[in-house]
Amino acid sequence: MDLNFSAEDIAFRDDVRAFIKDSYPPHLNGKIEEGEELSKEDFLSWHKVLAKKGWIAPAWPVQYGGTGWTSVQRYIWSEETARADAIRLMPFGLSMVGPVIYTFGTPEQKAKFLPGILSGDVWWCQGYSEPGAGSDLANLRTKAERFTGDDGKEYYKVNGQKTWTTMAQHADWGFFLVRTNPTAKAQEGISFLLIDMKSPGITVRPIITLGGEHEVNEVWLEDVIVPADQRIYEENKGWTCAKFLLAHERTGIAGVAASKRGVERIKSIARSELDEGETLIQNPFFKRKIAELEVDLSALEYTELRTLAGESSGKGPGPESSLLKIKGTEIQQRITELALEAAGHYGAPYFRGFGEGDNEHPIGPDYTHRTAPTYFNMRKTSIYGGSNEIQRNIIAKMVLGL
Amino acid sequence: MDFNTTDEQTMLRDTVSRYLADTYSFDNRMKTVNSGKHWNPAVWKAFAEELGILGAPFSEAHGGLGGGAVENMIVMEEIGRALVIEPYLPTVVIAGGALKAAGGPLADAVIPEIIAGKAIIAFAYAEPQGRYNLADLRTAAKKDGAGYVLNGHKSVVYSAPYATHLLVTVRSGGGQRDKDGVSLFLIPASLKGITRRDYPTVDGSAASEVYFENVAVGAEHMIGGEGSALPLIEQIVDEGTAAVCAEACGVTRVLHATTLDYAKQRKQFGKAIGDFQVIQHRLVDMFMEVEQAVSITLMATLKLDTAERAAAVSAAKSKVGKACKFVGQNAVQIHGGIGISNELAVGHYFKRSTMIEGQFGSVDHHLRRYEKLIID
Repeated sequence: MDLNFSAEDIAFRDDVRAFIKDSYPPHLNGKIEEGEELSKEDFLSWHKVLAKKGWIAPAWPVQYGGTGWTSVQRYIWSEETARADAIRLMPFGLSMVGPVIYTFGTPEQKAKFLPGILSGDVWWCQGYSEPGAGSDLANLRTKAERFTGDDGKEYYKVNGQKTWTTMAQHADWGFFLVRTNPTAKAQEGISFLLIDMKSPGITVRPIITLGGEHEVNEVWLEDVIVPADQRIYEENKGWTCAKFLLAHERTGIAGVAASKRGVERIKSIARSELDEGETLIQNPFFKRKIAELEVDLSALEYTELRTLAGESSGKGPGPESSLLKIKGTEIQQRITELALEAAGHYGAPYFRGFGEGDNEHPIGPDYTHRTAPTYFNMRKTSIYGGSNEIQRNIIAKMVLGL
Repeated sequence: MDFNTTDEQTMLRDTVSRYLADTYSFDNRMKTVNSGKHWNPAVWKAFAEELGILGAPFSEAHGGLGGGAVENMIVMEEIGRALVIEPYLPTVVIAGGALKAAGGPLADAVIPEIIAGKAIIAFAYAEPQGRYNLADLRTAAKKDGAGYVLNGHKSVVYSAPYATHLLVTVRSGGGQRDKDGVSLFLIPASLKGITRRDYPTVDGSAASEVYFENVAVGAEHMIGGEGSALPLIEQIVDEGTAAVCAEACGVTRVLHATTLDYAKQRKQFGKAIGDFQVIQHRLVDMFMEVEQAVSITLMATLKLDTAERAAAVSAAKSKVGKACKFVGQNAVQIHGGIGISNELAVGHYFKRSTMIEGQFGSVDHHLRRYEKLIID
């Protein structure tokens, strides 16, 4: 056992650091630190830089466009991008549907869809949750009826409603779980379809969330015609893809590297905020909370590294990744709680849609401006990707055998 | 010992509760918030004229109902239940409390204006460097002939954009955090030299950064003695804090009730999510937090006029702050995705409960104050 990086790893780290420094789009600087909302163009400008470099999909197998990095190198990569406050890439193509396609797709599907994911030319969204299918995802009702078209080809006609569809307002394509066999038991009879979001019959409606953001949407599907060759894997076996994807989603969800930056930010805020004539970081209560956070994050980090080591030895991310999701999101939420607490009175002002002018009279320090909306927004993390209650059920059942 | 309200107090609760149920729907509240005004003058007029509640804690000699802390608690709990954004807290509880305590010509002049709904008073006490220390003041009042000249900057003054008056804490002598040398002024908001930068707040109100530049103020606007107002300021902030605790009781009661209702309706895995033990226990924990918040708020309210006031209020606020966080976060969690939607009331109750956590001092601040008063 060895906790230290090898000389090669350190050289790799230096390369990565230099690359980020030279290539990160300058107009994105500061956007993460201040919790600003990111536009589609913001996401794509970093995505394109990485795509050009060939570093866009470190987790993918080399033959599909991966980097061939070791798990330690991938860890260094996520550390360094977080350390540089680089924006996080949208996961829907790269971390979700991409791996499903290269694992379960046909050669034609791989050739058609993987390049657009890597290049960033195609923006993906995830059509999973429905009004009646949240934690109980298998209860989904959106139905796809198969028919033979006038051209003799096979199609599905899709009807239903999806919800909480993140960034669907920008999406070119979506991957959807639909019911293809209405009489089968819950998890059986579901298929995994790729749908062009420009298809007639699709309506995307915004859902505004607590911080005033437009991140999520309702997606309505009315008689949407989908060629059957856009189904991934076998008909009625979509749950296999869904489970595979959820386990993948949960590993990234720990967000250790980003949380490390979050803790550093809290420290720097606490060093500039005042309390009883001293800096807030000298307040023993506040300092203790930062220390606890840092210790918990360390435990999570080494748990993740152990999980990754298991993955590289071929075990694949299993139900243990639920632990990473629960603890990772709890820590992400605590960071936003501490930021809001540190902001004091300046947690209250609400800046959305509020004129920027009047620099003569700023409203509190810049780092306070999005603390409350970010705190509100991050409540989603213990709900999405399978709520933390569901994750505990998974651990109870799959790990503990209860 | 008697925890019952009097007939008059019960009537007060019923009157406020009925009015708010009839007219202050969540949709109407959001219309006011989204109008950009962040208060509804018609509601304030009704508070003054139809309900007469703006006189609840004032003496009959001033035209009030002759009540006190319990009446404020009752009104504030209803305000919490309906998520009212109109300024009962700064105007009636805090400024009214200061005037009641100080008496004199200013009180005789302004209290009837408050009761009539004509005086809207914002409480300008926070400063960028001060956090929750009420004596950490840079805003200064300098003696100038018979009056004073004010200079400085007050932070996040709720209701200031539409206030007729400002209740301002200032340093008139001593060092930045000294207990001595603190004074309190009640001044018209329109005085020359006062400028504001207004903005909405995350919990639906409006607030301002308020700047004072050589603002000339007559001595008759001072409440309490020159340089010796800190004890009075601590008293009114304690009264305000107890009132905010009462508001929190209303807010968390609604959060719990709404979530309980949702858990009974929402079906997943073929049954109501309230059938799952993990949800049941969570709802029980929320219920216990609310009940304890109500109890300790009552305790603090009944001790406002005693020597135990400060410790009782800090005990209450620390406990209530924790309840706000626990109940608010879990209400959203149990609602799932829709708990995070801005369309539903539950999210707005959560936002208000979150802001109450920090209002007049965080949990840590009040536990520290309690330690100093009781343990040290």
